[in-house]
Amino acid sequence: MGFIPTSPRRSFHIGQLVYDTRYRAKTVQVIAAITIVAAFWWLGANIVGNLNALGKDFNLAFLNAPAGYDINQKLIAYDNRMSHGRAALVGILNTLLVSFLGCIAATIIGVFVGVLRLSDNWVINRLAAVYVEAFRSVPLLLWIVFIFAILSEALPQPRDFRGETATASMQLFDSVAITARGAYVPRVAFTNSISGNETVVPRDGVSAVASGPTDWALILAVMVLSVGVVILLRRHAARVQQRTGRRPTIWPWQALLIVVPTGLVLYFLGATIVQPYLKGFNFTEGTFVRKSLLALWLALSLYTAAFIAEIVRGGILSVSTGQREAALALGLRPNKVMRLVILPQAMRVIIPPLISNYLSLAKNSSLALAVGYMDARATLGGITINQTGRELEGMLLLGIFYLILSFLISGAINFYNRSMQLKER
Amino acid sequence: MKIITRAAHLLLAAAPLALAATSVSAATLDEVKEAGQLKCGIHEGLAGFAAPNSDGQWQGLDVDICRAVAAAIFGDSEKVEYIPVTGSTRFTALASGEIDMLARTTTWTFSRDTDLKNEFVGINFYDGQGFMVPKALGVSSALELDGTTICVNTGTTTELNVADYFRGKGMSYEPVPIETGAEAQQQFLSGSCDVFTGDASGLAANRATFPKPDDYVVLPEIISKEPLGPAVRHGDSEWEDIVRWSLNALISAEELGVTSKNAEELAGSLNENAEINRLLGTEGDLGAMIGLETDWAKTIITSVGNYGEIFERHVGVNTPIGLERGVNALWTEGGLLYSPPFR
Repeated sequence: MGFIPTSPRRSFHIGQLVYDTRYRAKTVQVIAAITIVAAFWWLGANIVGNLNALGKDFNLAFLNAPAGYDINQKLIAYDNRMSHGRAALVGILNTLLVSFLGCIAATIIGVFVGVLRLSDNWVINRLAAVYVEAFRSVPLLLWIVFIFAILSEALPQPRDFRGETATASMQLFDSVAITARGAYVPRVAFTNSISGNETVVPRDGVSAVASGPTDWALILAVMVLSVGVVILLRRHAARVQQRTGRRPTIWPWQALLIVVPTGLVLYFLGATIVQPYLKGFNFTEGTFVRKSLLALWLALSLYTAAFIAEIVRGGILSVSTGQREAALALGLRPNKVMRLVILPQAMRVIIPPLISNYLSLAKNSSLALAVGYMDARATLGGITINQTGRELEGMLLLGIFYLILSFLISGAINFYNRSMQLKER
Repeated sequence: MKIITRAAHLLLAAAPLALAATSVSAATLDEVKEAGQLKCGIHEGLAGFAAPNSDGQWQGLDVDICRAVAAAIFGDSEKVEYIPVTGSTRFTALASGEIDMLARTTTWTFSRDTDLKNEFVGINFYDGQGFMVPKALGVSSALELDGTTICVNTGTTTELNVADYFRGKGMSYEPVPIETGAEAQQQFLSGSCDVFTGDASGLAANRATFPKPDDYVVLPEIISKEPLGPAVRHGDSEWEDIVRWSLNALISAEELGVTSKNAEELAGSLNENAEINRLLGTEGDLGAMIGLETDWAKTIITSVGNYGEIFERHVGVNTPIGLERGVNALWTEGGLLYSPPFR
């Protein structure tokens, strides 16, 4: 009886798809792909089917139709005869405005509170902790509505400023009026404006003023130029310091460079501060910061700042104590230790989670609806959808807008992050 | 990767087959019957039209339309699930099937009827847009409102009308957009806006709920036509018929003198007026033509009353809202209410 070894069979049987490692990965991939495609196909078919059943189509032509509604806060020219597309743009700019203001305020408050949270002073330390816990633990929507309600109820109405028996008065040398509708603050306008077309006489006996984009562009250009020259000057000073070991005194020149050119431009444009004053039913002139913007801005920044404070605290704690001790041993003062040694290292830990907080602030700004702030959600995603019945198109556009906004924010911060990272060579 | 692409191709080829299976069914009446109750979209809180009473029961002019339809279908006016919808969510709620019908002080307009794919079944209240101001403002006409701050409900015809009106008169205003009625009231009372604009009936209803109603006036100008009516989804004519004729039954009943008190008695024997018989189901069988019981209209009238009773109960002169019938009287009494005949 001889034993005849058989050569391995090269045939394929179905069980190998699961048990054979050569095929298993592909099997799983195919199943996953089928599931995903099926899910998308089901969603798509559902949309197409339901739109058909309702007799609707997919059409973006509504963006060209006249909007018909008014928007109170507009950063670009808009009236109710303009298109839905224009109204959406006005809303988008309002979203960008409140997100931008919110990110800046949240960062400042957050860094400040985060550092205070590490203070050795028990009272300061605890106060910061209470702030963080209070804002972190209560839903943002409640804070928005709460702050809005406080502004509504606690502040005087414009008519309280009027008459002999006025119960309210303006702040800061009669220049700022804080009312239940928002704050009226002074604005800058120009008697020799080169672009302004809305010539207004602020009050009797005052010369007419106007302001336009070209005025501001000119001022901005001059400021940018000045800053550019200052940077060159500082580089020069650094080179001199490298060569001779002694840094030349440049701060008077810096100050002159910043102040004089801009000052001259402002002088020739005839810059005037226009103060708000009571006329008719309301205050007029000045810049009107609406209550809805104030409430939303305050709530968004205070809420997000609570998270940022914790990130900052974590970042600072992540820098080993040896660094601090070494810096102190070198004779640096505590604030310089923080600024020159601790924070630059902490930033590497702080920035990545900061991005997601900026993102959530930008997206949370869509809660504007609660206080009637006219952001993209309220114009494109609210009134426009409601008046035209284009829910699907409107919501898709809105989604795409927030997607792009998020990409831009995280792109910008990632760029900054790379410049802050350890350079590995 | 190749395998995946191939699989995807296969699936795409099969797609049109299953497409037909997922489209929505159109028979709303069957769905309502199966669910055992009517999902009715109403105002989230407007006294006289839809507001919860002290027992938490919704009541009002619009609520009674829902109850009438439920009575026609189930023989029981309580089989309604009330779903409060805001001005800006109502059409989406209707289109998506979240509600079966909408009775929420909704103005019948061309684009809402056609482009938004709603079907308005009739008009249950003829209204017009007005302005309410505090007396302290010292204004007696809408033409003096230049430069004011105005609270406007968003997603309404109101905000379009006010834009047109101020533009037409060359006046400026600052709109304060507001999502819900309660919020509008709070903003107006706290002085965030000088003026509150809305349907005149709604303004009167809101004013009635203010702590000091006498401190506020509704200006005489009416700047628009606001025919308010119940609406259903486009594309289900059978369902549309049921809601339309439930509303018409309320109006016809008032015209024929049938009330919640005497309906039972009138149905007991044949009357000289044959239309009363047809309405109450004692002669012919109109109910079968729309897939309902023979006595569907009688059930409506015995459980919610006729249009006149509903009006007087919720918004009439003896209520805090205190509206006259005015244009909402029957056509025979100088108003606009007119129902096609039950024949």
